[in-house]
Amino acid sequence: MTGTSGLIWLACVIAMSLLLRPIGRRVPIAQIQHACTGMSLGGAFGYSIAIATIYLMWWLYFVKELIFFQWFVQGVIGLGIAGYLFRLAGQHFGTDSSRKMFRQMPVTAALGIIIIIGYAIMSIFADWLAPYGQAEIFAKVNVLPGGNPDLGGDPAHLLGTDQIGRDLLSRLIYGGQNTVGIAFITTCLAFLIGTFFGFLAAALGGWFDQALSRIVDMLMSIPQLIFALLLMTIASAWAGSEKWLLTIYMVLIIAVLDATRVFRLSRAVGMNIVVMDFFEAAKLRGENMSYLIFKEILPNAFAPLLAEFGLRFCFVFLTIASLSFLGVGIQPPLADWGTMVKDLAQFINFAVFSPLTAALPLMAAGAIALLTVAVNFVVDWMLHRASGLRE
Amino acid sequence: MTNTKPLLKIRDLQIDGISDETRSRIINKVSLDLYPGEVLGLIGESGAGKSTLGLAGMGFTRDGCEIVGGSIEFDGIDLVNSPLEKRRRLLGSRIAYVAQSAAASFNPSHKIMYQHTEAPVFHRKFSRIDAETDAINLYRRLRLPQPEMIGFRYPHQLSGGQLQRAMTAMAMSCRPDLIIFDEPTTALDVTTQIEVLSAIRDIVEQFSTAAIYITHDLAVVAQMADRIKVLLRGDEVEENTTRSMLKSPRESYTKSLWAVRSFERKQKPPAKTGATPVISLKNVTAAYAKNDPVVRDVSFDIHAGRTVAVVGESGSGKSTTARCITGLLPPLTGSISFDGTALPPDYRQRSNEQLRQMQMIYQMADTALNPRKKIGEIIGRPVEFYLGLTGREKRQRVEELLAQIELEPTEFIDRYPAEISGGQKQRIGIARALAAEPKFIICDEVTSALDQLVAEGILRLLTDLQDKMQLSFMLITHDLSTVRAIADEVVVMKDGIVVESGPKNDMFTPPHHAYTDLLLSSVPNMDPDWLDNLLASRGADNIGDAAIEKMNKN
Repeated sequence: MTGTSGLIWLACVIAMSLLLRPIGRRVPIAQIQHACTGMSLGGAFGYSIAIATIYLMWWLYFVKELIFFQWFVQGVIGLGIAGYLFRLAGQHFGTDSSRKMFRQMPVTAALGIIIIIGYAIMSIFADWLAPYGQAEIFAKVNVLPGGNPDLGGDPAHLLGTDQIGRDLLSRLIYGGQNTVGIAFITTCLAFLIGTFFGFLAAALGGWFDQALSRIVDMLMSIPQLIFALLLMTIASAWAGSEKWLLTIYMVLIIAVLDATRVFRLSRAVGMNIVVMDFFEAAKLRGENMSYLIFKEILPNAFAPLLAEFGLRFCFVFLTIASLSFLGVGIQPPLADWGTMVKDLAQFINFAVFSPLTAALPLMAAGAIALLTVAVNFVVDWMLHRASGLRE
Repeated sequence: MTNTKPLLKIRDLQIDGISDETRSRIINKVSLDLYPGEVLGLIGESGAGKSTLGLAGMGFTRDGCEIVGGSIEFDGIDLVNSPLEKRRRLLGSRIAYVAQSAAASFNPSHKIMYQHTEAPVFHRKFSRIDAETDAINLYRRLRLPQPEMIGFRYPHQLSGGQLQRAMTAMAMSCRPDLIIFDEPTTALDVTTQIEVLSAIRDIVEQFSTAAIYITHDLAVVAQMADRIKVLLRGDEVEENTTRSMLKSPRESYTKSLWAVRSFERKQKPPAKTGATPVISLKNVTAAYAKNDPVVRDVSFDIHAGRTVAVVGESGSGKSTTARCITGLLPPLTGSISFDGTALPPDYRQRSNEQLRQMQMIYQMADTALNPRKKIGEIIGRPVEFYLGLTGREKRQRVEELLAQIELEPTEFIDRYPAEISGGQKQRIGIARALAAEPKFIICDEVTSALDQLVAEGILRLLTDLQDKMQLSFMLITHDLSTVRAIADEVVVMKDGIVVESGPKNDMFTPPHHAYTDLLLSSVPNMDPDWLDNLLASRGADNIGDAAIEKMNKN
């Protein structure tokens, strides 16, 4: 779209926002009349933009080159319906408490859960689901996605192939296994380390807390990605030619760096619990430290920690993708979304001439984005539940 | 008064509370009339719907509440159906609200004066300058110290009683026709309470403002209200003028409320001279920060089967003394001995046997029970920990304990603390202490968070248990009626020092130490003339903070 047509669009939107209210007041439906009477000009402008956007999306949906947009719209609508049905199913089956949980669940959370389950299935059954192997190389390189031979696609490679002829759909599926699996393990490790020391610091207090907290402050004061990059460079020297060893180092490094954030949270949550009378009662009973941490603090800190787990998982996941993008993360030939974005990144330059080509790196990026959004939907819901429970 | 039009007219009001998919009726067809210049007292236990009804008087309901029927009319204006904008013009200017906790209701980051003048300026009643002059005038009438200066302080620089009076001044800022007081003195000490009460009553009379006064304390409402309405679980029990209500309550529920205050156990004979006390404090001095002792040179004994009440207002060192005994705060000097043998100062150095003998019951049952554990686990843990019982034996013992605290074992053993009422939680706290089979129990304000009827039940339970098991209690409280009910000996503390101690009966008969006298005289009576008589005999300067200041000077 050129500059002039953009201006015409803007003019149309402004004209519409001026006309919206007087027209709305003459519509013979009471609710619309009522809404239009109380509407400000800014509100009318917002509605006009929304109408224009919907029109634009309608138009884009039928552009042949933008098959991805079509998929995107279908995906959003499909997932929305799936989420709704999933929630509906949950409301009618299961125990009383699970049914109640589903009744109070927003659709976004149901959607998030469905997406996460989908990712989990995809990662676990990657070997069966992927049409080809992750390192398998085909003769056709740079096949465009869409599977439409008229537009440079190939029905055998639904999402196309990369520069050296690897099937992108297969790599996307295997990439999920690698990226999501490693991120999950790393987050669990970070939580084990972080919560244990966090609760210990909260329960013991004094110099132990001070020493630990200052060390954590020190680690947190260095920008995380740069620090991780530095450590990974050192680790790659240690690992030498053993590529799998580097992955383990990466897991450990990210786990320790992220454990600092978990430490902060669990220490803060723990501090609020150790001042409670029931904790004092347990202390005065003569209970040992492990009982205090695991039986008194942990059950009460579970809700905020679970929410943090979801969020932390996203960050770990993005860090791994970033490290892979920078070339020190998961090593080829293992597929991983970060590396895929990096490898295909230059195609983004072709967006003006061929939107389909530009979509190549965006698929992996979209996979990352979708999971992040889904996890956040679920986390929001859990946080809401946790805050409601505390009252 | 009946020939004038009522200022506030509520008819058949029904309010529902919606929580967790279930609807419950909070207010069930309650009607009330409030005439100009009249004070109506609303009383009832917690959950009776007092606050909900009070707020409904402003046409407001809390989140999760909904008016489903009836009408609310303020000076001819329908508060249920009129638009928000119209109601907003009334709130603050013609109807004002004074909340229970002034400390939590003031914005901590603005000065008092700024918050005071907000409403009059917003409603265009006064200019900012006029509102400030008026505020100083109101502060003077409410007998706040340094009325010219006090408005320019931040809320945290004022005491609780001063804040509550500043809040009343703020409610008065637009000269409203109606003020709703929601338990304005519940969170205050007795000595401070009386000062706030007399200030509120004065100012309401001076401006002949109508008021709804919500409280659960009968003696307080007797001083404040012209008429009293009793509520029970959303239903109106009865309504009458204060005097006839106090003299001849009609309904049995009202009578039971009135009777609570008469529970009193006979004082036990003093322990034999030479008997070894269960707990003995000798010259205990303790501090949180060095060189600033909170408790100084405290000594007293607690004998087997006796209840010693430690009395004093907040900050007097009662709870600190208890922390010394439990070993959470090792004293700087002095010693604490149990059955004649000295205890290690730090609880970590005490043996499990020593820890077992001494248990504690807390003020806030909500925070004293782990919300993620079932009742059976909460009580079962000390049984398992100290007595080594597991499996069926443990469960049997837990059931015995539940029966002992008068709760049905099978019904409660698998519930979580959130699923039982406040009084039941407090009973679980008692059962947890009993589970260790101790000799000595510290009761830290165990009844102050409870309604009077429930509190009385707890006190009766404690005394029964004491008689059965020869327990010794240390009863920390600021409520002298609790002391009168169950104590054998009394220790009065002020600023970390024991000012007077001795048997209960001596304590309640003169001559007293000046501070004990102030404490005793500050406890409201059911007599509606009590406050007038007290003010007449002592004068407005000799009550509350002012009296304590004088005492400190001498």
